[in-house]
Amino acid sequence: MKEIVIVSGKGGTGKTSITASFAYLGGQDIILADCDVDAADMHLLMQPDFATAEDFYSGQLARINPESCTNCGACADVCRFDAITVLEGHYTIDAINCEGCGYCPRVCPEKAISMIEQKVGQRYISHTKTGSPMVHARLGIAAESSGKLVTKVKTEARALAQAQHKKFVLVDGSPGVGCPVISSLSGAHFIVLVTEPTVSGFHDLKRVYELVRSFNLRAGCIINKSDLNPQITDDILAYLQETGIFHIGSLTYDESFTKAMVNGLTLPEYTNGSLTKPLKHSWKTIMAYVSNSGD
Amino acid sequence: MKIAIASGKGGTGKTTLSTNFAAYLSQTRPVLLTDLDVEEPNSGVFISGQLVHSEIKYKMIPQWSGDCSLCGLCHEVCNFNAVIQLADQILIFPELCHSCYACSELCPESALPMIPQAMGELKHYVSEQLNFVDSRLHIGQEQAVPLIAQTKKYIQAHFDPNTLQIFDAPPGTSCPLIEAVKDADFVILVTEPTPFGLHDLKLSVDTMRQLNKEFGVVVNRDGIGNDHVLTYCQNEQLPVLAQIPNDRQIAELYSRGRLLYNEVAEVRKQLDSIIEYLQLPYNGGTP
Repeated sequence: MKEIVIVSGKGGTGKTSITASFAYLGGQDIILADCDVDAADMHLLMQPDFATAEDFYSGQLARINPESCTNCGACADVCRFDAITVLEGHYTIDAINCEGCGYCPRVCPEKAISMIEQKVGQRYISHTKTGSPMVHARLGIAAESSGKLVTKVKTEARALAQAQHKKFVLVDGSPGVGCPVISSLSGAHFIVLVTEPTVSGFHDLKRVYELVRSFNLRAGCIINKSDLNPQITDDILAYLQETGIFHIGSLTYDESFTKAMVNGLTLPEYTNGSLTKPLKHSWKTIMAYVSNSGD
Repeated sequence: MKIAIASGKGGTGKTTLSTNFAAYLSQTRPVLLTDLDVEEPNSGVFISGQLVHSEIKYKMIPQWSGDCSLCGLCHEVCNFNAVIQLADQILIFPELCHSCYACSELCPESALPMIPQAMGELKHYVSEQLNFVDSRLHIGQEQAVPLIAQTKKYIQAHFDPNTLQIFDAPPGTSCPLIEAVKDADFVILVTEPTPFGLHDLKLSVDTMRQLNKEFGVVVNRDGIGNDHVLTYCQNEQLPVLAQIPNDRQIAELYSRGRLLYNEVAEVRKQLDSIIEYLQLPYNGGTP
């Protein structure tokens, strides 16, 4: 079983549409994992049935019991997050600022503070329209711990892949370079970087690749909307060569991306035209590359 | 006034709006633009100016002195698994540390002093009436929140609170976004009229309601996709402040890192519509 993670640094480069297309092309060989838990959109293309759901608890919030609190203020003195303020004469926890570190209950002489476990999201295992399973999640509003939820989604997806003897786990990562991305990269066999020829897209590609390289992971790149700015496309190609990133393929700017999405379809389902061919080629290339490499 | 520009989905035009809005406003009044998308900061692609200040930003992490009775209290108090007690030593995982100081201050032997660790870099540029502050997280650092918080502290210390302030926020609805918008007076949610855009807009709207924020919606790439975003805004009675058209010329200017308002009249018109909605005085800011 090989794990392929798709990331982009910058949002809006077409990462999710491309991942869903690979999931469609890979069919029964694939377990799909949507690790963009902050803005999970994969379900809009794969029609999962949300067959099983499990609450995900992570982290804590402090709560002051006003009955036993004597307003001594010891808690506010140690809080580094400005989360304890005096409201109408009483020390109160600001749930938005509270980091859940658990320092304040340890210094409260009245034992008036308790730490409450937080439900931060839900994790689902679904059947999708390709007949292959998908593991996905929904992070609660304003929740922390998206990195931990990513890890949970990936762990479940791997276990399913082992149990069902699937060849690939296909992971849709989140934008950025912070904790959810780091969690989605860990343990991957191959990274697909999706970029676009814009100054911003190229800038973010370099940052996310720096992260990928620090984990010693092998990577390939797909340039989406490649005809939008041919000069930057050339610059990206030169960068790929220089850094040893494998150029998987390029896709031209095409409104089918949006139209397929509006119809709830992956690209190969929506069009047999200009995009399907390079996508099929890209997927074959990735499969060959990953299958021929060791662990 | 503090205006944060945010979106659930990445790549909807948050940075395009932030930079054009700030630069356009700065033609008639002093403006501060701050890029709080510290993981992938891109405002600097579109805004230039003279560098007036730069500094490395640090977060505080515990460092084991190497000499203690290994009582294990530090390990026990850490809620983030950043301090682990082994048989003969204390191990620290700085990337997991939230700098709460509990291990350091509760240690009966003062064996875990807090030391600074570099997490990112802040830069401050000035171009005529536009101040621009940019922070970027060092690669490999996991937590964006402490850098966002420190960037806001820099602004508090260096700018009059009455200055008109625009914040380019990180995507999503989790902790970095909350940190970036929690003290904004108004939040502009940028979306695109597609199923992904709508889905993530709904999450953002829920977030803003939970935070009790005043907010409005800007639809970017108007004309692609469908009209479900507008219908949703109507049903939810959300103000739509502007609709920026889907336009190949805009996409190409953007790809080259160029601002739009000078070259695309429609963009100027849409920016004016936001200014009118927010009732920003012509020469607002510092009285």
